[in-house]
Amino acid sequence: MSKYLLNKFLFTIDRDPDLVERYREDPAGTVAWWEAEKANEILNAHTGERSTWLEFTPQERAALSTHDHVALFELGAHPFLTLTLWIAMFERDATEPLAMQREYAAKLAHFSLPYPDIAT
Amino acid sequence: MAKLVAILATTHHPFFYRTSQLPPEEAPPFAAEWVRKVLAYRETLTRARPDLLVMVGSDHFHQLWLDNMPQFLIGKAPYYDANWYNEEREFGLPKLRMRGHEELSAYMLREGLDKGFDLAFSNELRIDHSITCPIFTVRPQNDLPIVPVYTNIFAPPLPRPERFVALGKALREIIDAWPSDLRVAVIGTGHLSLELGGPRQFGPHGPDPEFDARAVEWIANGDIDGCLANVTLESLHAPGNATHGFMDFMLMMGIAGYNKADYADNLDLFHTMEAYFTWYPNGVDA
Repeated sequence: MSKYLLNKFLFTIDRDPDLVERYREDPAGTVAWWEAEKANEILNAHTGERSTWLEFTPQERAALSTHDHVALFELGAHPFLTLTLWIAMFERDATEPLAMQREYAAKLAHFSLPYPDIAT
Repeated sequence: MAKLVAILATTHHPFFYRTSQLPPEEAPPFAAEWVRKVLAYRETLTRARPDLLVMVGSDHFHQLWLDNMPQFLIGKAPYYDANWYNEEREFGLPKLRMRGHEELSAYMLREGLDKGFDLAFSNELRIDHSITCPIFTVRPQNDLPIVPVYTNIFAPPLPRPERFVALGKALREIIDAWPSDLRVAVIGTGHLSLELGGPRQFGPHGPDPEFDARAVEWIANGDIDGCLANVTLESLHAPGNATHGFMDFMLMMGIAGYNKADYADNLDLFHTMEAYFTWYPNGVDA
């Protein structure tokens, strides 16, 4: 399990407006491309240096590929990263202010304390 | 020696800026009272006539990332760009540029290291809404140099609450001893109970109004011991999954010491409670 890599995906998609749109429209294709091309980029290093070992588990890949924020919560993805990216992708579809955020919460209603561990 | 003229500890609510810009016919029903309280709070800083601001906040996965995560970091740069694309996108926060104060940054880093805090530093730091929100609320003219202090309340493993209080006490000693004629204010922002990305988010109040009521009492009364006796790294999960931001309030309590706040106010909003505290460590008219 790689909570770090889940977070890295959410973090790098969220900060790029083009990737936010691409992930909204084509989640499975974006995840496949990202895992092949971007997962091993070291973000704070000079370009050209890469890691060699980062990959999603099947569960993680499926959760990201289907926009399944409930599964991401269960897997311990950082909830701030997931929420921020989901607002960027889906708030625009809501019919009234905060409706998207409330629906997002309602789908998590079956979780009780302690929540899944987010430590990486 | 420098004069510490004001200590402000407050929540940071990224929706305030946009809400305050709305024409009355478009503003939500709570907007007028919110703006009124913020304007009153702003006056508590203005009357202290500071020359520079030490600003305590926490990066929200903008520049600080899990491949290289500091627990406590002080910026040391002549300028700080501020606010990020996703904050413009989600909150409507404009980009800013703030001046730095490298002399005080260097002094705080040196003295902090010598007091046992292995502080990280950054010479190129783009700061985020944890620091710009209080600029919009209490110093919107953005005319004073700043020293940013970042804490990790976000990416576990986190320092414990005692460490935040201890750092606050150390920062107080450092600022009080800084050989300068300048008037320093410290502004720190954190959270009361808060849930983000979990089942209790965006409710009609903060997720734990009872915690909020106790927290406001601890802060307003300078009750550091009562707060520490009731708050642990583990217990902070219960009031809401983002409540570890309360540790930034605890850092500010460390700076203010065992003293009642000279100004205390709060506002129960949807999603979270707003709270505003000011201390004048050398008297209101220092």
